[in-house]
Amino acid sequence: MGISVNVKMGEYSNGLDDDILTTTALGSCVGIALYDPQQRIGGLAHIMLPFSHQFRSSDNPAKFADKAIPAMLEKMIGQGANRHRVWAKIAGGAHMFAMPVSSDVMRIGERNVDAVKAVLRQEGIRIIREDTGNNYGRSLEFYLRDGRVLVKTVGHGTVEL
Amino acid sequence: MEENSYYLDDWQRDILREVFNIGAGNAATSLSQLMNMHIDMDVPEVVLLPFSEVADQVGGEEEIVAGVFLTIDGSASGSFVFVLPVESAANLVSTLFGFPKGEATAFNDMEKSALTETGNILAASFLNAVAGLTGMTLSPSVPDVAVDMAGAVLSVPLIRASQDFDYALVMEAQLLAQGDKIKCFFFLLPDPELLEVILDKLKVAADGYQR
Repeated sequence: MGISVNVKMGEYSNGLDDDILTTTALGSCVGIALYDPQQRIGGLAHIMLPFSHQFRSSDNPAKFADKAIPAMLEKMIGQGANRHRVWAKIAGGAHMFAMPVSSDVMRIGERNVDAVKAVLRQEGIRIIREDTGNNYGRSLEFYLRDGRVLVKTVGHGTVEL
Repeated sequence: MEENSYYLDDWQRDILREVFNIGAGNAATSLSQLMNMHIDMDVPEVVLLPFSEVADQVGGEEEIVAGVFLTIDGSASGSFVFVLPVESAANLVSTLFGFPKGEATAFNDMEKSALTETGNILAASFLNAVAGLTGMTLSPSVPDVAVDMAGAVLSVPLIRASQDFDYALVMEAQLLAQGDKIKCFFFLLPDPELLEVILDKLKVAADGYQR
């Protein structure tokens, strides 16, 4: 039997085989599922901010896209995953509040998605599915048995990635 | 102030509870005037929470809530969220605005504006009280409302604040109107300077008073 791990905001977790990794209520944060389908090794990250060098506080590196993704990928490779087979599915990055504020803070969902894509590109990981943007929250269930990611919402149905 | 190891001593907690109480009183008075009915507000608790525990305060990350969010500018910055569990939000729009009670998870545009306006008034009068007590200028931005999972609603202010500080001040309150108790929460996410200033100014004021 696999284990089920809930990944909190600003954290990531790795797993394999029958494990299930979940993360709840992504708003402007982004969930990144990485998976090696042959070894059935994967990881799920819940990032809050784009790049660590842009911010004062970096007490928890895993809250940044540019720190969490490479660290999670390294751990997968350590467990036996092959970088060239690893794909990504991403979800979240919503624009929760429609406010007439032009500040970067209000565009954080979009900036997070852009950062995640840039980091994945740099790592040579392709994104095979995504459900990002819009104005609603998402909870994810990532099944390491087959790489399915279920995206659940309030009032916007459930999507399978 | 050290990151990640911030806590309030009894003295600071007392100050903040007092500030929040005055803010809440002010907010209830404004709302009473607008609605032309008697509205009271009870403030049972004020806590400083690390972000990982913030959503638990309102019933968990996937609890459906209505959240009115706005940012604060002026002498110091931060953000403010007025959060109502959906049942409370439905209760509020029917008690205060006389809308018929509909499905608690789906609010139409009129109901959403009613929630936004309520949050706006509460935030503005609350911040006015804090500004008056501390001598700061605090201007609230235009607000907006989202009805969704608590974790998603709170992600915006949490992300904003987490750029330099990982704690939020949370006040649990009850609006009492027409025999109804409406449970709600105020989240003040101060930038570090704002919290520092609130505590400093109030300490100075209290020290002067004691002498």
